[in-house]
Amino acid sequence: MRALRHAGSLILVHGVLLAGAAFMLLPFVWMIATSLKPPEEVFSATLQLLPNRFHGAENYGFALTQAPLVRFALNGAIVCLGILAVQLLVAIPCAYALAKLRFPGRDALFLLVLLSLAIPVQVPALPLYIALADLSLLNTYLAMMVPFLFSAFAVFLLRQFFKSYPDDILQAARLDGMRELEIVWRIVVPSAWPAIAAFSVFSVVAHWNDLYWPLIVITDSALATPPLGMMLFADAETGSNYGALMAAAAMLTAPLVVVFLFARRWFIAGVTMTGVK
Amino acid sequence: MTGPGLRQARIERHTGLAFISPAMLLFLLTSLAPLAVLLGLSVTDYELGAIDTKGVGMANFAKAFTDPVFRRSLGNTLLYVLIVVPGAVGLGLLIAVLVHGRRRSRGFYEVIYFLPVTSTLIAMATVWQFLLHPRLGPVNAFLRSLGLGEVAFLSEPAHALPTLAVIGIWQLLGFNMVLFLAGLSAIPKDLYEAAEVDGCTSAVDRFLTITWPLLTPTTMFVLVTTSITAFKIFDTVAVMTRGGPMGSSEVLLYNVYLEGFQYFHMGYAAALTVVFLAFILVFSAVQSLVLERRTHY
Amino acid sequence: MARVELESIGKSFGDTAVLSGINLDVEDGEFLTLVGPSGCGKSTLIRIIAGLEPQTSGRIRIDGAPVDDLRPHERRVAMVFQSYALYPHLSVFANMALPLTMQRLSLWERLPLLRLLSARRRRVMPGIAQEVRSVAAQLQIEPLLLRRPAQLSGGQRQRVALGRAMVRHPGVFLMDEPLSNLDAKLRVHMRSELTELHQRLKSTFVYVTHDQVEAMTMSDRVAMMDAGRILQLGTPAELYARPANVTVAQFIGSPAINLLPARIEDGGIAVLADGSPILRTLLPPGSTATIGLRPETLRLLPPGDPTRPAPFQARLRRVENLGAECMLHVDLPTLPGQGLVIRAASAGDLTPGTMVGVAYDPAAAHVFDASGNRVAAVATAAPAARLAQAEGRVS
Repeated sequence: MRALRHAGSLILVHGVLLAGAAFMLLPFVWMIATSLKPPEEVFSATLQLLPNRFHGAENYGFALTQAPLVRFALNGAIVCLGILAVQLLVAIPCAYALAKLRFPGRDALFLLVLLSLAIPVQVPALPLYIALADLSLLNTYLAMMVPFLFSAFAVFLLRQFFKSYPDDILQAARLDGMRELEIVWRIVVPSAWPAIAAFSVFSVVAHWNDLYWPLIVITDSALATPPLGMMLFADAETGSNYGALMAAAAMLTAPLVVVFLFARRWFIAGVTMTGVK
Repeated sequence: MTGPGLRQARIERHTGLAFISPAMLLFLLTSLAPLAVLLGLSVTDYELGAIDTKGVGMANFAKAFTDPVFRRSLGNTLLYVLIVVPGAVGLGLLIAVLVHGRRRSRGFYEVIYFLPVTSTLIAMATVWQFLLHPRLGPVNAFLRSLGLGEVAFLSEPAHALPTLAVIGIWQLLGFNMVLFLAGLSAIPKDLYEAAEVDGCTSAVDRFLTITWPLLTPTTMFVLVTTSITAFKIFDTVAVMTRGGPMGSSEVLLYNVYLEGFQYFHMGYAAALTVVFLAFILVFSAVQSLVLERRTHY
Repeated sequence: MARVELESIGKSFGDTAVLSGINLDVEDGEFLTLVGPSGCGKSTLIRIIAGLEPQTSGRIRIDGAPVDDLRPHERRVAMVFQSYALYPHLSVFANMALPLTMQRLSLWERLPLLRLLSARRRRVMPGIAQEVRSVAAQLQIEPLLLRRPAQLSGGQRQRVALGRAMVRHPGVFLMDEPLSNLDAKLRVHMRSELTELHQRLKSTFVYVTHDQVEAMTMSDRVAMMDAGRILQLGTPAELYARPANVTVAQFIGSPAINLLPARIEDGGIAVLADGSPILRTLLPPGSTATIGLRPETLRLLPPGDPTRPAPFQARLRRVENLGAECMLHVDLPTLPGQGLVIRAASAGDLTPGTMVGVAYDPAAAHVFDASGNRVAAVATAAPAARLAQAEGRVS
C-alpha cells in the first residue's frame, strides 16, 4: 500500500517536472531542429521535429558567411573578460579594505556601496552616452565596458566573504613581515576563490547577454556583441531564412550553454550568492 | 596606545585609503557623477547636439505624466510585473520543492530549468518569435492540429504583453528555482524528522508546518528581485514587438531608450529615467526591509 | 508505557552493513542506553525504532504489536534530537502544542486562515493549551512559552525539546545524544534531571550516547555497540565488572583500563613481553592474551620494602591531580611503549622520574583471549610456586 502510494506520488512529481522541462526545452529543441531544415520544410510548418532533408550545413554555412558570428563571439569575450578583469582588480582591494582595515569614512563608504547596488545601468546611461559621444569614444570596446568597470556587487560580495576570514591569520602574516598588498594577493584572495569564481560566472553571463548598453553605444556591426549581432542579423534577414536564423541563434547561445554544462556548480553558486545579500 | 600599535593604525589608514581609491574613482566617474548629471538633465530641455539648452523645472515630469505613451508604458510595465512575478516565483517554488526531493534526477532537472538563464535572451527571443509565428510556428501548428485555430500571439494587442510575460517567466523560473533550492537546503533535515514524529505526515502538512514558514525570507527576497528584473524588461520588447502592436507592449525602459537614444530628447529621457530609478529604489527599500527581518531566525 | 522488542534487525546502505542481527528487548519503564563510538550504528538503530528509517531486515514490536508498517507518529514514540530540532519560527508554546494539534485536528482545521472558521478547533485548542502548560510547569519553562527557540539558552531548548516529546504521553522516549550540545556543567545537571524525569514518568527510555559516563550514570541497562552489533547488554555495574570483551572493557570506565598483551606459557601462565609472568589463566599454552587491569586495582608500593618485592618496577611520568584523587601515569622500562595508569588517593611527594613499585590484584584482573573475548581469569588456587618464584625474579 505504502509502496504503491509512493510510486503514485513519484509518477506525479516526475510528470509535473517533465512537463515543465518540456516547456523549458521547447525553444532549444525547436531552434536546433529548424536550423537543420531546408526552407521548404520550415515553411510547410508541420509539427515534424526532424528534417526530411538535412540542410544543416547550408544553414550554418549561410549564417557564418552572412554574419560575422565568430567576430560577435570574440567581441563578447573581449568585452566580458575586460570588464571582469577590471572589476576584480578594483573590487578586491576595496572589499578587503572595507572588511579588514580601519580608516576614516569606511562605514559611510560601505553604505554608499550598498545603496549603489540598487542602481541599474540604465540610470547612468544617458550621461555616460553624452560623455562618450563628447570624447568620441562611441563604437569602441572601452565604451562597452565603461559603465560596468566598478561593480558594487563584487565589492559587497567579496567584502562579506573577506569579513569572515580569521583576523588571527592576517595578524600572523603581518608579524611575519608581509605587506598588506601581499596579504591580499597571497593569503586572502586564494581563500576567496569560490566567491571570486561565482562572481566571475555571474559577471560574464550578465555582460555576454546584455543588449541595452551595446545597443546604445555600438552602431558598427564589427564591434557587436552576440546579442546585438543577433539583433542586427535578424533585422537583415527578416523572415526570409529561418533555418539560418536559428543556426545563428544556436551558435551564439552555444558558448555560454557549453560553459554552463561544464561549470554548473559555479553558475548555481553565482545565483545563490545574489541571495546572500 | 603603544608606538607600534599607532604605527599599525597609520599603516591601515593609508593602505585602506589606497585600496579603495581606484574603486571610488571609478564609482565616482561611472555612477555618482552620471547620477548628478542625470538629475540635472531631467530639469532641462537638452537634446543631443542642441546648441541652446535651458532649464524647464518640473516640466519634463509634468509632461511625462500627461504623455499617453509614457502612461501606457508605465501601465504595461506594471502589468507585466504583475503577471511575471506570481508566475516566476510560484512556479519556481513549485519546481524547487519537487526537484529538492529528487536524488538522482536532481542534476538533470537543474540543468534543464536553468538553461534559459544562461542562454542569450536575444537569440532565444528570436527563436520564440519563430515558435509563435502565426503561420510557420509549431505552436500554432499544434493549435491548428487540435482544431483550435491560430492565435496571433505577438500581433494581436491583447495578446502581446501576456505572451512576453510568459517568455519572461520562462527565462526567470530557473533562476528563482536555484534560489529556492538554496533556501530549501538550508532547512535542517532534523526538523522534517521531528515533524514526522510529531505527526506531520502528508506533503501538505510538511509544507505548511516547516517548508513554507522557513522559506519565507527566501520567498520575500525572490519576490523583490523578480519584481526588479521584471520591471527592467527591455530585451524581448526590443527584439520581438518594439512596443507594438499599437503600443500594447510599450514598456518603461523601451520608452526611455527611444526618447533618449533614438529621438535624442535627453532632458525628457532623463526625467523618465528618474521615474524609473524611483521605482527601482522603492523595490530596493522593500528588499532591505525584508533583509532586516531575515536575521530573525 | 511500553515494551520494545527488536528481533534480528539489520540495516545496510548498498553493500555496507551498518547494523546486523540486533536482538534487544527493552522492558517496560526501563532506561536503556545504546552506547558506543561514533559510527557504531546506535543512531541508526534508534532512528529505525522511531520509524524514520526502514530496517533492511528484522522486526520491531512495541507493546507486543508489530510496528514495522507504522509511520513514526503511529508508533507512540517521541524523539528528542541532538540538535533539538525545535521549529525556529514557532513559539515554545506552539512547538509543544504541534504534536497535539496534529493528533486532534483535521487537515483543514490546521490550514492557515481556513482554520479560523472551525468551531471544533475553538473547542479543542483550550484543552491542548492546558496540557502544554501542565507539561511546561513540570519542566519549569512556563515563563518561556511565548519566546522563540532562538531566544533560549541551550539548556532551555533542551527542556522544550523534552516538553514537546512529553505532551504526547508516548510509550517510548527515544533520545539521540540529547546532551551533547550542552556545556560540561549543564550536561552533568541535565543528566540527573533526565534520570529524575524518567523515574517520575515511568516511561520507557531508549537513550543514545557516545559518552560512557552518561551511559553508566543514567541507565538501568546499557547496550554497548560497535560495528553494527551489540557487544554486551547488561547493567552498568555488569559492564564495568565483567566486560564481555576488550572493546567493552576499553570503552567503559574512565580513565580507561590498562591493557597488557601477554603470551601463555605452560600451565596457563600469562607472561608479558619482558618475560615476567603475571597471572595464571585457563588458556592453552602457546596462545596470546590481553590482560586488563583497572586503574583502581593497581597500588603504589611503599619504596624500599625488600620483604615484599614489587611485581612492576615503573618510572613515574606524570601526576594528574584531580583533587580528591590522583591519576599516576607510569612507564614500564622493561616494556618499552607500555604505560600504566594508577588511581590513587594521593601521589605523596613523588616527583616525575622517580622509580616506583606497582602491585596489582590478580583476582581483579580481566583476561581476554586472542580474539578479545573474556575468559575465566585466574585459577582460584593459590598462586603457583612458579609465579611466586617469577615474582622474585622480577624484583
